[in-house]
Amino acid sequence: MRRSRSGPAALGAGGSRAGKYGLRTIALSYLALILVLPVGMVFYRTFENGLQPVLQALVDPLTLHALYLTVAIAAIAVPLNTLFGVFCALLMVRRRFLGKSILSVLIDLPFAVSPVVVGLSLVLVYGRTGWLGGWLAENGVRVIFAWPSMVLATIFVSLPFVVREVVPVLQEIGVDQDQAAHTLGATPWQTFWRVTLPAIRSGVTYGVILTTARALGEFGAVSVVSGKIAGRTSTLTVHVEERFQQFDLVGAYTSSLLLAVIALVIVLSMTVLRSKEVGA
Amino acid sequence: MTISAIGITKRFGDFVALDDVSLEVAGGELTALLGPSGSGKSTLLRVIAGLERADAGEVIISGEDATGRPARERGVGFVFQHYAAFKHMTVRENVAFGLSIRHRPKAEIAARVDELLHLVQIDGLAERYPSQLSGGQRQRMALARALAVEPKVLLLDEPFGALDARVRKELRAWLRRLHEEMHVTTVFVTHDQEEAMEVADRIVIMNEGRIEQIGPPRELYERPGNEFVMSFLGPVNKLGDVLVRPHDVELLLEPNGATTVALIDRITYLGFEVRVELELRNGRKLWAQTTRESAAPLEPGKTVHVRPRATRTFDGDGVETVPAGDSPWWDRRVTMEVHHS
Amino acid sequence: MASVPSSSSLVAAGTVAARPAPPKVLRRMKVRRSTWLGVGLVTLYLSVIVLIPLAAVIWHAAELGPAAIWRVVSSPDTRAALQLSLMASVVVAAINAVVGTITAWVLVRDSFPGKTIVNALIDLPFALPTIVAGLTLLALYGPNGPFGVNLAYTRAAVMVALLFVTLPFVVRSVQPVLIELEQDVEEAASALGARGFTVFRRVVLPSLLPAIISGAGLSFARAIGEFGSVVLISGNIPFKTQIAPVRIFALVESGDSAGAAALAVVLLLISLGVLLALAFVQRWGRRGDEEE
Repeated sequence: MRRSRSGPAALGAGGSRAGKYGLRTIALSYLALILVLPVGMVFYRTFENGLQPVLQALVDPLTLHALYLTVAIAAIAVPLNTLFGVFCALLMVRRRFLGKSILSVLIDLPFAVSPVVVGLSLVLVYGRTGWLGGWLAENGVRVIFAWPSMVLATIFVSLPFVVREVVPVLQEIGVDQDQAAHTLGATPWQTFWRVTLPAIRSGVTYGVILTTARALGEFGAVSVVSGKIAGRTSTLTVHVEERFQQFDLVGAYTSSLLLAVIALVIVLSMTVLRSKEVGA
Repeated sequence: MTISAIGITKRFGDFVALDDVSLEVAGGELTALLGPSGSGKSTLLRVIAGLERADAGEVIISGEDATGRPARERGVGFVFQHYAAFKHMTVRENVAFGLSIRHRPKAEIAARVDELLHLVQIDGLAERYPSQLSGGQRQRMALARALAVEPKVLLLDEPFGALDARVRKELRAWLRRLHEEMHVTTVFVTHDQEEAMEVADRIVIMNEGRIEQIGPPRELYERPGNEFVMSFLGPVNKLGDVLVRPHDVELLLEPNGATTVALIDRITYLGFEVRVELELRNGRKLWAQTTRESAAPLEPGKTVHVRPRATRTFDGDGVETVPAGDSPWWDRRVTMEVHHS
Repeated sequence: MASVPSSSSLVAAGTVAARPAPPKVLRRMKVRRSTWLGVGLVTLYLSVIVLIPLAAVIWHAAELGPAAIWRVVSSPDTRAALQLSLMASVVVAAINAVVGTITAWVLVRDSFPGKTIVNALIDLPFALPTIVAGLTLLALYGPNGPFGVNLAYTRAAVMVALLFVTLPFVVRSVQPVLIELEQDVEEAASALGARGFTVFRRVVLPSLLPAIISGAGLSFARAIGEFGSVVLISGNIPFKTQIAPVRIFALVESGDSAGAAALAVVLLLISLGVLLALAFVQRWGRRGDEEE
């Protein structure tokens, strides 16, 4: 077990007081300029003209629909990616097969693809001139410019998180507990539900939080595939841009505030979870 | 509740973990699988349990062929070296697990769990989590958990390996007492020969995927079948082909019969036991294990006369032989090496 | 000699002698069928969601033929966009490497009121939608910003936006390594007479380097594909502030999906290359750990 210490005494191991304060200043001012102030501005700008316009913007049917659509898409994408993530993690950690490293790289692909390219790729498959375009048009199925493409785009960009979070947890706990359950008479299903899943729940929770954050905040890919039709295919993020283009700053900031609050809640949960993990 | 393993062979890639191993365990017996790392003892245990599938051979438990059956259906209780506790469940839930997945009535489960917790002496810890228990307590919980479903046989894989020395000794004795109370056919794996000797009715010594010898502890110690068994079960002085136990090295102040002169290099006092390191005239070294009384007149640098009370010699095939030729015990040459094909 | 199971006991158990000795066939080490089923399902999901769409991009670009691809990519607008993206991403990755390491150092080794909150806020760019980030940066550093600083429609704006979204990568990459790092090594170096920065440079930095490179690489990959946060504040002026992803978007909107695909393939190759390089770096970094 490695010993490690943090804190002021540790910094003193080789650094001077001036050095310490210097570093602290650099870090904190950078964070303030790039991170804290901008976010603070959202709150400020939103309520700049008082509470009333904000409330009006909130109950605007376009905003409400955008919110509903955002949540609905996430409600499909997140569970799917969670199921996939847990299943895939179990497969990669517990089973042997050829091509495991290739699979690992493929799962990381969404990190390397620009959201616009994600949108483009879906258009090239499901769009009018895309691979399935003809067949879809014949059968009257709308994917592009409709919610199915938005769901597909969201699943694409938020795919890796659950896998990436669950794999290390699975590796950590090993197979002993599962084998113990097996010798005690548990069927594979019982073992999964009562032993494996609870044991990996920290990884799953973390992964779900990250997936949800990504799904709720997706903009680029959804912009491309949805056609940004207000009231029909506008998610909350697309709505923000749309309001901005319409010079409705209050509307834009209000929706941004909504998203920022959600983001802060997410960040808070991550911190709480992380501290619980350390304490365990 | 007998166990029969017949012709078990198991490979991991190129490594042969078990090579045509056969074993019989009688009902109610407490058997130790003893051997160094890589001897195959854990693998054999896991094959019996059904946690590994052998490449060849059969496993028969209580007269029923268990070879193709998954571990779940074999009626074995298994205790792991690192406890394999269900960390997210309380002690009570852990012990109750086997019963609750069989959907036994709650009252029955509660009663049985209480009974078991009492048996393994962790009564007051029922609502705690495994992380709040000491290693010894965790392992006792694991044992209670395994016993809860009334297994036909109990298998323990280095159960005390992760515990520190004092706890290990306590739990050893405790396991023996428990076995005498419950009489479940038990097989446990260990690399600690003292543990095996203290606890087991019969010891199965394994090396490199094969069984070297089977027998009660005393028989194995006093009549080892080959050099490996002899040196594994206790310290051994090797003088050419001749093997002498340190406690069989007699130290005399006057020459007497088959004694030879030795120079005392060093004397180490280990409580009751005294270790006397000696060097013979021909340069060979050996050490004697004796009591404080016997060692009292001895001093490093002095000479003493030594002779063995008993020696053993094994030929290349591991068969015990009478030492060849008439050179004295301390001057044996190493005989021609026999190479196994 | 070893005691052999007495044949009488085995006969009594009714298992031996009643049938011929079982053939000692060594069963081959087979990969289980359920594993292949699982791999199949996973591959299916990945194909539908990721692989087939990406294949469509590559195919549509390849359809053009290499000559046409080159024409598209080297057209002035597109080339400028690519250059800007590359340059900005490299600069941003470099800045992050330095400032991110400092930040990680301060968060791990220093102590001040509110540190927990600051630590939590590092994750904000992960959670905040890119468009919101763009809007807030515009609010702060745009025409009506409180500081009178107006970066709108400048390259600096692009940089600031990219710095925002890539902020957590190096910090979160370096933090765990710093935490794990044995203090003793630093103290030993100190006791031997090395002063602060020397200790850092020769003892700490080498251990951190893989993590820093990893974080910088992730920053680069993220920056080069960034869209939402740049869209508002940069004005997307061709040749000046238009980055590659925005260019792709413009090509899609104007119906030139083949051209968009060509540029997309170039971007893909770049980020994939970076990711693969990162994987190698990680393996190199881990080698040092295994030696312990």
